[in-house]
Amino acid sequence: MIDKRVRSLAEAVSGVRNGATVLCSGFGSVGEPVELLNALRETGVKDLVCVANNAGTGDEGLAGLIREGRVRKIICSFPRTTDPHCFEAAYKAGRIELEIVPQGTLSERMRAGAAGIGGFFVKTAAGTRLGERKETREIDGELYVLEQPIKGDVALCRADRADRWGNLTYRKSARNFNPVMAMAAGFTAVQVREIVELGALDPETVVTPGIFVDRLVVV
Amino acid sequence: MKPLSRRQMAWRAAQDLENGAYVNLGIGLPTLCADFIPEGREIVFHSENGILGMGPAPKPGEEDKDLINAGKQLVTLLRGGAYFHHNDAFLMIRGGHLDVALLGAFEVSEAGDLANWTTEDPNFPPGVGGAMDLAVGAKEVRVLVEHTTKDGKPRIRKHCAYPLTAPHCVKRIYTNLAVLDITRDGVVVREMVEGLDLAGLQAVTEAKLTLANDWRRIGAPAV
Repeated sequence: MIDKRVRSLAEAVSGVRNGATVLCSGFGSVGEPVELLNALRETGVKDLVCVANNAGTGDEGLAGLIREGRVRKIICSFPRTTDPHCFEAAYKAGRIELEIVPQGTLSERMRAGAAGIGGFFVKTAAGTRLGERKETREIDGELYVLEQPIKGDVALCRADRADRWGNLTYRKSARNFNPVMAMAAGFTAVQVREIVELGALDPETVVTPGIFVDRLVVV
Repeated sequence: MKPLSRRQMAWRAAQDLENGAYVNLGIGLPTLCADFIPEGREIVFHSENGILGMGPAPKPGEEDKDLINAGKQLVTLLRGGAYFHHNDAFLMIRGGHLDVALLGAFEVSEAGDLANWTTEDPNFPPGVGGAMDLAVGAKEVRVLVEHTTKDGKPRIRKHCAYPLTAPHCVKRIYTNLAVLDITRDGVVVREMVEGLDLAGLQAVTEAKLTLANDWRRIGAPAV
């Protein structure tokens, strides 16, 4: 029997090593797996490379990991979102490395990582500072830059409903980075509002099929 | 001479959005355009965090914390709207599926270069969000911006001093003084506010301006 349910948040995040690359979903705090990120902080793991759209809101979740000095580097598109004080303090103190990536490039780099694609050319950032020192190519008369895939050691995600096979549905704009991050990591832990009986999710509405999910926990 | 208010600027930009257009409104001033869509037109607003058919802010009591726009403000979904994930949201942007991106700016050059993502203020870490994707991806990029900075410096320049978001991407600029098009022949003035002439506009614009033969006054109502 396949059963991806685990009993606790601690179990859901167990095994993450120091130095791991962690895909942290959410757009601001919407769709952010705050409780899983808090549980990761409690494991004491450090030197993390976190990939996220923003750099934490308030004091919980990703912001808490940054405040406690567990994040060596953050790869994100827009660090200053609602209440980014934990990130700003770490940045001003020189305690965190920042890599800015255009938002579409960020999600596409993870898709490439998930899909076994070794890189791709895109117009975004060509002719700008963020495109400097990247390989360029002219395609149909326009300049493109080469972008590399991103793969996570672990992805922490948040969904609405799941079944024990790990099929997931989402709620409104809380879907955001969750599907691509769930696909792009060595193992994926998901916090969900509800786990339903196998067969209770309409297969037509499943957004993330269970193949991309390893651990489920109800929060 | 009476410059347009911010709401009048948004009103003017909204008049050019055609029925059936798929449009992304940038954070800040462009977001106001949604309030001024002419009667009888259906415009589908796109949000980079996975929404088509985005509606206005919710009424009190109807807020949903899982439904926000790119600026992280609470919004609603119109009938016919849809949700999707980030890859699809940016595929729409980067693949040329959006008709118009209406964006804010720090500076625009006479070649249509756009600078709107960083002022290089050392007190703040930089952030780009979806700005570069929108600038290269939408079928048409239009900019909504005050004609000068708060201390009177031109924002429409020969070359941008701030780092570029994308080169050669802006087609039209709406300011509090004028409507301008970036063309192969330079910056063409299509409309000006009442009481302003070309010399007056040129005095607050670094880029060289040309007046269109069929230029007219902006007739913005009090909104």
